[in-house]
Order: sequence, then structure tokens, then C-alpha cells
Amino acid sequence: MRAHGVNGGEMKTLKTLLLTLAAMPAAALAQGAATGGAAAPAAPAPQLYAPTPGIGQPIPGSIGIQPQVTEIGQQALWMHNALLMPIITAISIFVLFLLLWVVVRYRRGANPVPSKTSHNTVIEIVWTLVPVLILLVIAVPSIKLIAAQYDTPKADLTVKVIGHQWYWSYQYPDNGDFEIVSNILSDEEDKKRGEPRLLGVDERMVVPAGKVIKVLTTSDDVIHSFAVPAFWTKMDAVPGRINETWFKVDRVGVYYGQCSELCGAKHGFMPIAVEVVTPAQFAQWVASKGGTMPGAKPAAAPNALAPAPASSSPAPAVPAPAVAGTAEKPATTAQAATQNTTPPAQN
Amino acid sequence: MTDTTANAAHFQAHEDHGHHHDADHKPGFFARWFMSTNHKDIGTLYLIFAICAGIIGGAISGMMRFELAHPGIQYLNHWAGVASPTDPAALHLWNVLITAHGLIMVFFMVMPAMIGGFGNWFVPIMIGAPDMAFPRMNNISFWLLIPAFSLLLGSTFVSGGTANGAGTGWTVYAPLSTSGSAGPAVDMAILSLHLAGASSILGAINFITTIFNMRAPGMTLHKMPLFVWSVLVTAFLLLLALPVLAAAITMLLTDRNFGTTFYDPTGGGNPILYQHLFWFFGHPEVYIMILPGFGMVSHIVSTFSRKPVFGYLGMAYAMVAIGVVGFVVWAHHMYTTGLSVDTKMYFTAATMVIAVPTGIKIFSWIATMWGGSLTFKTPMVWALGFIFMFTVGGVTGVVLSNGGIDNYMQDTYYVVAHFHYVLSLGAVFSLFAGFYYWFPKMSGRMYNELLGQLHFWVFFIGVNMLFFPMHFLGLDGMPRRYPDYPDAYEHWNSFATHGYEVMAAGMAIFFINLIYSLVAGPKAPDNPWGEGATTLEWTLSSPPPYHQFETLPRISDDHGH
Repeated sequence: MRAHGVNGGEMKTLKTLLLTLAAMPAAALAQGAATGGAAAPAAPAPQLYAPTPGIGQPIPGSIGIQPQVTEIGQQALWMHNALLMPIITAISIFVLFLLLWVVVRYRRGANPVPSKTSHNTVIEIVWTLVPVLILLVIAVPSIKLIAAQYDTPKADLTVKVIGHQWYWSYQYPDNGDFEIVSNILSDEEDKKRGEPRLLGVDERMVVPAGKVIKVLTTSDDVIHSFAVPAFWTKMDAVPGRINETWFKVDRVGVYYGQCSELCGAKHGFMPIAVEVVTPAQFAQWVASKGGTMPGAKPAAAPNALAPAPASSSPAPAVPAPAVAGTAEKPATTAQAATQNTTPPAQN
Repeated sequence: MTDTTANAAHFQAHEDHGHHHDADHKPGFFARWFMSTNHKDIGTLYLIFAICAGIIGGAISGMMRFELAHPGIQYLNHWAGVASPTDPAALHLWNVLITAHGLIMVFFMVMPAMIGGFGNWFVPIMIGAPDMAFPRMNNISFWLLIPAFSLLLGSTFVSGGTANGAGTGWTVYAPLSTSGSAGPAVDMAILSLHLAGASSILGAINFITTIFNMRAPGMTLHKMPLFVWSVLVTAFLLLLALPVLAAAITMLLTDRNFGTTFYDPTGGGNPILYQHLFWFFGHPEVYIMILPGFGMVSHIVSTFSRKPVFGYLGMAYAMVAIGVVGFVVWAHHMYTTGLSVDTKMYFTAATMVIAVPTGIKIFSWIATMWGGSLTFKTPMVWALGFIFMFTVGGVTGVVLSNGGIDNYMQDTYYVVAHFHYVLSLGAVFSLFAGFYYWFPKMSGRMYNELLGQLHFWVFFIGVNMLFFPMHFLGLDGMPRRYPDYPDAYEHWNSFATHGYEVMAAGMAIFFINLIYSLVAGPKAPDNPWGEGATTLEWTLSSPPPYHQFETLPRISDDHGH
């Protein structure tokens, strides 16, 4: 019943978690996430958070990388913006300058008699060694970045991401192994729900903030790729193989991505929406899907079962997808989802 | 003086050719063009073929750009003949378009033009040989391309699973290309690749044999023109890489049709194995597409600087180094497939190494011009454009080489921008440079200089408008191979489509120039470029006699280094 393979240390961290709980939405607000914060309190699962323009989704007319909300993303963003971009810009401008210089200085009118120089050992050594040094400067942080990406901290939660033609499903082995199926919304539905067109889904992948999420990707047909630009995360979902990656996001909110490996006709129409919520909200969401929290007594009921909150969200209560691993599925979600509510049965 | 070592004073072919009654005797039309054994005629056939394929591949990219001009599906459903824009048949058509565009441009435009076209035309002449080593094999190399191309075009009319045509992408990844694509379209596309590959392997054997055995007396390897060096390295890359592709796609065929499971995990196979095999071919392939361009640009820069190539040996061995290292970097195309950490670090480091010989080439071209006496005829402006655009494509390659950074960039438009800068603005610029450079030699007529310059500037502005914004789209996270995109990406997509329109206008100028020059261009002298043009082709008439060098030229030593 308790799919608990990965997260032996869950209990230990719950206490510290609780302490950080109250701070989470504040942190979200502090990041300038006006809409994300506004939508946060008291909205029922699913889809607690409205998308934040400028975070977790493409920015109209942007010429840069999406804002990064993971430490790996920050590190990589720094490497791109502060190291690679200046270097490649400088090299391009340097070459352009040299070209313009020879064009002006050595045009026939200015230099009617060409020199016969065809060798200069010193300069040839220089333009071999200087690029080597530049590459070394790039290679050191680059290797460090790769090492950091592969250095998965102890995972707090494992989510198994499965690509299908053409939708994603997410299994939560630590939480009773239920599965949610995530399909693209129609353009009209996107508009109704305030989702960016082509990015909105009926069921988001929900994960707790401030936790290390281990992502296992696989596929049940062709190769797909699970990608969330704001996390600097991209991992192919390959049939017959399980790939592993991870992320940890502190800021609550919703982050979009799109399938990033050609997978057939509707490759462009299987978006990814990851909703990062407070651990309390996550526990309620899990309960609403019929899952269990690790360490919780399997039979423990959510403490405050409320009537289905049909009216409090523009999002219609989408029929819950097939749930694996639970016999009884609560028909309602935990309503009292304020941050102070104790997640069910954790003490 | 090393790569341009022909010393015209020492050989007689030019003066002789008119006197040999059979030197310029051409067979009848059918025998000449359909049963050809003449390297120049076969080169011409290759160039005509490449231009035709380029028109088709370019038209397909136009269809894609117009579909992408605005969010939503505007045209695909009409082209596919279905009502709904979200009909899978319409969306499958998109995948057919991207697949066809990639395969056509790689296998039927760039490669035939560079190697089959200019390689055939000028390698024998530059080494002072009368023809290729295996003239009949040369002919079948070309004629294999016709059924290859026919199979690819024909595949769009038969079922490829969801709808007609192969929608697998040019990479033909399993299992999308096996269990994911029922119907004969993908089989036809694979067979097309087999034939194109066989054509290239035969061509490579021919070039290697020719270059090793048929150099004129005195033409040592270290005196060979750089274009010949570039084709020699390219031929080795073809010879070593294409059999791996053939093996990979043969296993695709048997997986598809005969129940094998090389790439099917349910039978113990592995889809990632296909990617390793494909990119073991695919990465050398990108150097196959650019190395002959390096060679051409070296000649053009030297010619119009009236100065020998700077650092000839460095230039030649930089190409050899690029060719060698190009074989051990393939998995940088696979950073997100779940490589182990050590694998990823190795491929990051190895990939970066390629920047070093590439940098040597860029700086040597500039050093060739340094101190020169430059004129800016059309071939030269294309070569200058090539150097800068290739640099831009090269530095984004350094960004992508970082496995950790590539997690973000992989399969986004940043990659699309990168490889179009090195191909569409690199390889294609060098093709145009070479075309203008050798057009007088090949056709016997001068092109129109004003139209040539205009073609350059319009095309240059167009392709930069078209491809530079793709960096922005990629940085903003837009995945490639998407027929529709979130509205945030509209701005730069519309801009890029306008860039396509400008580029298309540039191409119109090219074709006007081409037709005008072929019909009414002034007669070209033997050497229209002056004392800077020192390779052997400029010692022959324009066009050269049907058979050149019946008396082998003797390459003198006076200008050795």
C-alpha cells in the first residue's frame, strides 16, 4: 500500500517543513508574483495557482532565457548570461572588427601592392593557444554545472513522468502510487481559465515547494521529452528505459513546458504544467486524488472534509482520472487549505 | 604560395588543347548527359540537380515559415485537404514538411552541390588530372541520386501512419520511425537514404583514389590546393560515416518489416542505440557539409586578396583535425537522452576542442587578407559574409557544447538558429561564393556583377532576419518541430517570416542573374580574377576543353615554402 521506496527520511523533514510553511506564500509574493500570490490562499485543489506572466512561461518578444526558479537554473543562467554570452559576443565583435579592418585598410585603393607573407609561427601559436585558454575558462564551470545537475540530493518526493502520444501522465509512487492524466486544454478552455494558449492542461503535475523532487521519465510509445524551461530541466522519456532527473523549487506557482522530442502528429500539443504548492496544499491535493502521504496511517481520513468547492474556482471539477492503488477515493477536496492547517495525520 | 602552386609557364595543356582534334570532341546529347563519364559534365549534372532540390527544399521552408507567421494553424489543414486545423492529418503534414526540408537540404542540395558539383568539376583540374579515377562509377554516383530523390518525394504520396508522408524528422528516430509510423512512406524515405548514402560512398572512393593517385607530377600532398584537401578529408568522413548510417537505417527497416527488435525494448533492443549510430554518422555529416566550403572560401579569399593563403599547412591540418575530432563528439546531440554524468562531461570537453581548429581557420582567412590588396567582387563578399556568419554559428555551438547548458537549449529554436547559421549562412554562403567564383570557368560566361552584389545583400539581410530571432525564440524556450506555438512567441516568428520573404527576393535575383548570364553574359576570359587566382583551373580556357591535361601539367618547385 505504501509505496515508500525512495523517501525513507520523509518524517524527519516534515517538522522543518512545517516551519517553513508559513513563509512560502510570502516568498512567492516577494518574488513579484502578484497573481500567483493572489490566487494562493484558500483556492481548492486542483489548480491553486494562476499562471504568473513572466515566470514559468514564455515572455512575449523576449530575447533572453526564462527566469529560473531552481538553484541549478540560477547557476546555469549565470553561466550563460555572465560567462558565455560576454565571451561569444566579444569573439563575434572581435572577428567582425578584424574583417571590417582588413576590408578598409587593405582594400585595393588603400593597399595596391599585396604583401607576400604567408607564415608567422608566433601568431599561429597565439591563435591556437588563446582559444584553448578561453575554452578552459568555460569548461571549469561547465563541468561543475553538469556535476551539480547529476548530484541528486536525497529526494523528498518521487514523481514518475510517463509520455504518451499525446499527453503526459504522472504517477506518485510515494503517495499510494496514484496516477493523474494530463491533457491539453482547448483554446476556449484556456481562455476561460486564464491559461496561456497551448500550455494549459486539465490536470497539472503538482509538487510541494522547497522539496527535492526526483523525476523519473519514461514512455509507453515513442520518445518524448519532459521539459520545464523555468527549472532548467529537460529529460527524454524513452520507452523501455527510466531516466532520472530532479528539481527543487521554492516559489509556489505554475510553470509550463512543452514536449521536446518529436513524437508524432500532436507533438506540439502535449504541454507540461507543473504546479508548485505548499506542502500542506500538496498533502490536500494528494488526498483529493485518493493518495496518501508517506508516514501517514493509510486509513487516516483528511481532517476537514468539506463539500466540493464547485463555485470557488473558475476551473471546473474535471473528472478525476483513473487512480491506481487506492480503493477509496475521496470525492471532495480538503477545503480548509490555509497555510496553517496541519497536513493530515502527520504528527 | 603553397596551395596555389600551379605554375602556368611550365605546362602546355592550355596551348595544346585546341590542336588535339579529339580534345574537345563531345559525344551526342544523350550519350553526353545520360551516359556521362566526364567529370565536368557530371559535376554540371550534380549542380543542376542540387539547384532543383534546393528550390523544392526552399519552397518547403517557405510553407513552414508562412504557417509559423502567426499563432494557430492557418494553412496546414488546407494543404492536407482536411477541414479541421487540429486534424491529425494536418499536423502530420507539418512533420512531413520538416522531414522533407531537412533531408532534401542535407542529402540532395548541400552534399551534391559541394562534393558532387564543385568537387567533380574542380578536384581533377586542380590536381592536374584528366578526369576522375573511376569515370563510370562517377556516373552511377550521380544517377543513384535520381531514384533516391524520387523515393523521398514519392514517399509523400503514400501512407506514413497518421497520414501520407514520412513524419519522423530527418533524424528518423526509433521508435517513432518504427512502431510509430505504419505504412510504406518511412520505408521509402529510408531506402532513399540508402541510395543517397551509396551514391556518396562511391563518390568518396572515387575522390580518394583520384586524389591519391592522379596528381600531376610535382603536385605533392603538401602542395595540393586547399579545396582538394577539403574534399579529401570530406571523402574520408563520408567513407567512414555513411556505412554506419546504412547499418543504422537497415536495422530500422528490419525492425519495421521483419520483426527484429534492434531498437525495441520489448525485444531487448534499445531506442538510444539508434541515436548513437545515427549521430556517429550525423556529426561527421555536418562537417561533410561545411569542409568543402572551407576549401572554397580559402581559394576565394586568397584570390581576391592577391595573396597566398596564410598558414597553408595549418589550414590543411586544421581540416584533418576537424575531421578526426568530428568522429568523437557525436553524443553532444544526445545530452538529454539520459547519458551518464561521465559521458556528458567527456562529450562536453571533446566538443569544445573542435572550436580550436575552427578558430585557426577563421583567423587564417583574416590573416590571408591582412596585408593583401582586396577587391570585392561577388565571390569575395559571399566569402566575407561566410566568415562572419560562420563565426556567429560557431560561437553558439560553443554555448551548446556545454552539456549542462544544453539541458535548456536542446530541441529548442536556439539549436535551429545555430545549425542554420553554420549551414544556411555557412555552407550555403560558401556555395554561392563558389558558384560565382567558378561560374565564368564552368559556363564560359561572366555573371552580372551588380545582380550578384544585390543578391548577396538582399540574401544576407533576409537570412539574418530569418534566423537571428530564432536564438531569441530558443532562449525563450520555444521547442522546434512545432506547427503552432504559445502566443508569446508570435513577435519573433512573424519577424522571421518577413526575413524569409526578403531572402526569397534575394533568391529571385540569383535566378534572374543565372538565366541572364547563361543567355547573355559576356564571354569569360580564361582567368577573370587576375594574378591572385593561381590554381590550375584558371590556366585552362573558359569553359575548359572537354578533356583537359592530355599532357600532364608539371608543377614546379619555385614557389615551395
